[in-house]
Amino acid sequence: MQFESFSAFLNMGGYGFYVWLSFGISTVLILALIISSLMGHKQVIKNIAMRQQREDKLRQLRKQRNHTKTNATKEVTQ
Amino acid sequence: MWKWLHPYANPEVSYHFCGKLIPWLSALSLLLLSTGIVWALAFAPADYQQGDSFRIFYIHVPAASLSMGIYFGMAIAAFTSLVWQFKLADASAAAMAPVGATFTAIALITGAAWGKPMWGTWWIWDARLTSELILLFLYLGVIALHSAFEDKALAGKAAGILTLVGSINLPIIKYSVEWWNTLHQGSTVSKLGKPSMSVDMLWPFLFCFLGFALLVGLIICIRFRSEILTRNSVRPWVKSLVAEHTSSSKVAENK
Repeated sequence: MQFESFSAFLNMGGYGFYVWLSFGISTVLILALIISSLMGHKQVIKNIAMRQQREDKLRQLRKQRNHTKTNATKEVTQ
Repeated sequence: MWKWLHPYANPEVSYHFCGKLIPWLSALSLLLLSTGIVWALAFAPADYQQGDSFRIFYIHVPAASLSMGIYFGMAIAAFTSLVWQFKLADASAAAMAPVGATFTAIALITGAAWGKPMWGTWWIWDARLTSELILLFLYLGVIALHSAFEDKALAGKAAGILTLVGSINLPIIKYSVEWWNTLHQGSTVSKLGKPSMSVDMLWPFLFCFLGFALLVGLIICIRFRSEILTRNSVRPWVKSLVAEHTSSSKVAENK
């Protein structure tokens, strides 16, 4: 241990402000990067799921419409 | 070697491979970084000239060299993608850019906080500092290009060209302290063969450096997986993976 007391540790031989500023900002930036990466991954999965649901719904609607259309044309030809 | 590498060109295999790496990388980097930082802050001897302000070194130097290393990796990925049309390389370059930008910012900020007590100024337009600032702008440009196009292949091409043109900046950063008269000190650790540091100071540095490097690997893995999913969102394996994920999260919500 290089420091005799906790306050000496915080003081860092008079350079406390600069040392803790560096370590603090670095910690904040790295944590922000990790959190945004993890949230981004969840967001990507959510977006893909949403688009998939929309496509499924569209496909179903189209199928229904085609079905009614073919019935209508059948009636006309009959 | 190509036969061995070949399966990793498959996005699905790469996705699961990175997923397996993540827990190992998290555990190792947490272990190394916590040891290294505590060692650096409390147990490493103070510098005979710079006193305790020198402890900033333990973040500043790993961040700065990783910022260049990540750029180098990104340049290789860009080259592979441009020459061989290898799509996963684009995804990895897009994953690396934000990580590199963050570490460049850390290197610049910790450098400023170290420069103030040692040089008497937060910032000076010195060759090393200016070229590192340009590196930050290059990263920001690459990130912007990757998100500027809806078409990911086009975005990757544009960002790749910028990356390759910008790689001229790497030797400039590396040799700026030798080519020009600068305020920034020369390198202490990577002097070939004999680092000019005492061993008591070098060991915590190695822990910090390796810890940060693994942390970078971890974050790149996380982002790489997201990039793979966005680029392959119509593939059946992604669809089934997403369906599995949403159903499991719904079960968790219902509980």
